[in-house]
Amino acid sequence: MTDERISQAEREEAASFAERAKAAAAAAGSAAAGRAAGEPPTLFDVQEMELNFGPQHPSTHGVLRIVLRVDGEKILEAKPDIGYLHRGTEKLFETETYPMGIPHTDRMDYVAAATNNHAFCLTIEKLLGVEIPRRAQLIRVMLDELQRLSSHLVWLGTSGLDLGAVTPFWYAFREREQILDFFEEYCGARLTLNCMRIGGLPFDLTPGWTARLLEFVDDLPSRIDDYEQLLTDNRIWKKRTVGIGVISAEECIEYGLTGPILRGSGVEWDLRRAQPYECYEELDFAIPTRQNGDTYDRYIVRVQEMRQSVRILRQCLDRLEEGEIRGKVPRVIKPPAQEVYASIESPKGELGFYCVSNGSNRPYRMHCRPPSFINLQALPRLAKGHLISDLVALIGTIDIVLGEVDR
Amino acid sequence: MKVLTPTVLTYLKVVILVATVPAIVGFVIVLAERRFMGFMQGRLGPNRVGPKGTLQGLADLLKLVTKEDITPAKAEKAVHFLSPVLAVIPALTALAVIPFGPPIKIGRVSTPLWVADINIGLLFILAITSIGVYGIILGGWSSNNKYSLLGGLRSAAQLVSYEVPMGLALVSVLLMTRSLSMVEIVQRQQATHLWFVFPGLLAFFLYFVSGVAETNRNPFDLPEAESELVSGFNTEYSGVKFAFFFLGEYTGMIIISCVAVTVFFGGWLPPFPNVPALDFLSIVPPFAWFLLKVGFFIFCYIWFRTTFPRYRFDQLMALGWKWMIPISLANILIVALAILWTPGRTDGLVRLSWIFGGLFVLLFLLAKLRQKLARRDRLAAEPTSAQTVRG
Repeated sequence: MTDERISQAEREEAASFAERAKAAAAAAGSAAAGRAAGEPPTLFDVQEMELNFGPQHPSTHGVLRIVLRVDGEKILEAKPDIGYLHRGTEKLFETETYPMGIPHTDRMDYVAAATNNHAFCLTIEKLLGVEIPRRAQLIRVMLDELQRLSSHLVWLGTSGLDLGAVTPFWYAFREREQILDFFEEYCGARLTLNCMRIGGLPFDLTPGWTARLLEFVDDLPSRIDDYEQLLTDNRIWKKRTVGIGVISAEECIEYGLTGPILRGSGVEWDLRRAQPYECYEELDFAIPTRQNGDTYDRYIVRVQEMRQSVRILRQCLDRLEEGEIRGKVPRVIKPPAQEVYASIESPKGELGFYCVSNGSNRPYRMHCRPPSFINLQALPRLAKGHLISDLVALIGTIDIVLGEVDR
Repeated sequence: MKVLTPTVLTYLKVVILVATVPAIVGFVIVLAERRFMGFMQGRLGPNRVGPKGTLQGLADLLKLVTKEDITPAKAEKAVHFLSPVLAVIPALTALAVIPFGPPIKIGRVSTPLWVADINIGLLFILAITSIGVYGIILGGWSSNNKYSLLGGLRSAAQLVSYEVPMGLALVSVLLMTRSLSMVEIVQRQQATHLWFVFPGLLAFFLYFVSGVAETNRNPFDLPEAESELVSGFNTEYSGVKFAFFFLGEYTGMIIISCVAVTVFFGGWLPPFPNVPALDFLSIVPPFAWFLLKVGFFIFCYIWFRTTFPRYRFDQLMALGWKWMIPISLANILIVALAILWTPGRTDGLVRLSWIFGGLFVLLFLLAKLRQKLARRDRLAAEPTSAQTVRG
């Protein structure tokens, strides 16, 4: 009886929906027919055009396709079409042992591999309940912050490039190269780092690494000043970003947005502070927030975060002392059957892994909460009513990496 | 028997002009642009083809010529073919009335360094260059590509609306010159001992900004905005046709710079021709002075490109209609009043120059101060230590 009633209600709803759709179609048809009957379109008629934005487009930062309904250059609707880079990473985790999953995480957010490694390892460590030695914790934090810097630099360069500012791109990538050199010296890879292990780290730091890092960290703030001089007070940059894609704190939370987008809307939420992992608790750093929630504020938040990362790196270098780099982890990792979720603050927001283990050496199910994917949800909401030129700015300001969106 | 009659000489000059300008575009300007941009952006730029990369232009040309010429299947074929031509021919034609230098003597033959000195020279340039717009609009429309169409539409609106402030800015100079002939404009600057940039400082800024918009260059490169419209109107062009659009754009830059030099910066005259202490400057031939000044403006173009982000379309139109046109109208009034101040003499214009100069310096200093203060406020507002710790 109850089943019947529910299905009845559903049927009614479906019918009413169909009716409304039909009415809309009829209205559109009659409008078209009216025109076809000899009436020329008036000046203020909406003349829609469907525009395929991507998957091959220089500003979609990968293979994102956005189907746009535009009236002239004004966006009526933007529908992201994702999945062009889907590689079934979550399924792959199930087929391989726990340590074998780490390199797969490199390929998700490929401009921030270290944080991906970190989130994955943290989840398994939570499952196993292992203690991480202090030196490993500090090096992990350092790698994370370097990665945050490099990810923000890529974001700064490319989103500037999207708005036609070419030079900051080259400056940002010059500094990013230096960061990649540090990664290369540490683990041999520049992009797909695979630089963490369950329970600690694969390698200790090479001699002289810290000294060179200190030199770089001393130099970086002046470089950030350079970028700011080109952009922050630039009239055109402000015109292109202030008031573009405004989203309130409440909406951010409803959409589940995290990272600089949330902080740009005035919510002081950073997992490094809210649920500290590793040794973030004892480090002194601020969480930059802004109130307006527009593209300009998100830009300022990210730039300030870069300065904070420099501070964290300095403190880590001060605290670094000799010690173990790996905790006590069994050779074969067979965690007890349970479910855990662990997350970190990646450069783009909350990056979390949800792992279901069944006592074997492979996860039963591994789910990822990628910040890019969830932040991308807000794009249709942000883009509506703006111009095509702003869409480019908005894709930039969300800071997506399609490897992470599609997994 | 005289071979080098004036007619033959004119033809010769046309041939030289048409032959050298594309070469200068390809070899000098493009290379200079890429090397300067490289220098400003902390990289090298092309330095492999030929010594120090000097033959890069030749390599680019070879690449473009040997490329397959593609016409989209559903394109409007005739228009698609014609529009690159439409973009280049007017630009090259406009060069005819540019005076590159005073008459020179080659052997026994004396000839001026311009193809034609017509009494409506400036008007001719404005009229001819605006035909070039059609090349871009039709090119965008005929490609049967939505991005190209948007690019074409953008350029239609942009170029048409920026021609207005540009023309109005030049009108205020015409009040001083009382002639449209390019040669006479220069001679008048010689006679009044005054480059018109000084009393026409505002007009010059308006003219040059509109000129940058007219030639679709940063920060007004919306019709081709590579990150939005993926090259816009020229997306569907390849090979020689693309090269033609390219040539049209760069020749447009040359013309804007040439007109700026002729009208505002005394053409081939050395700086301050009436100051005896600076007589040594006339060692440099007038032609070289002209090229030097044009080179500076081309450099400005490149400089803009490395410095500025791109305007948005509606902001660009607002800037044109709400700011540039009213200001240029006011400027005409100001210059006219300055001329009426001391009728028959140039004292009023000299006074106006000082006023403009003073205002410019003042505004510049204020802008610098504002920038400094903004930076200080920003750094002060930056969070420096840990705020509340939340669980």
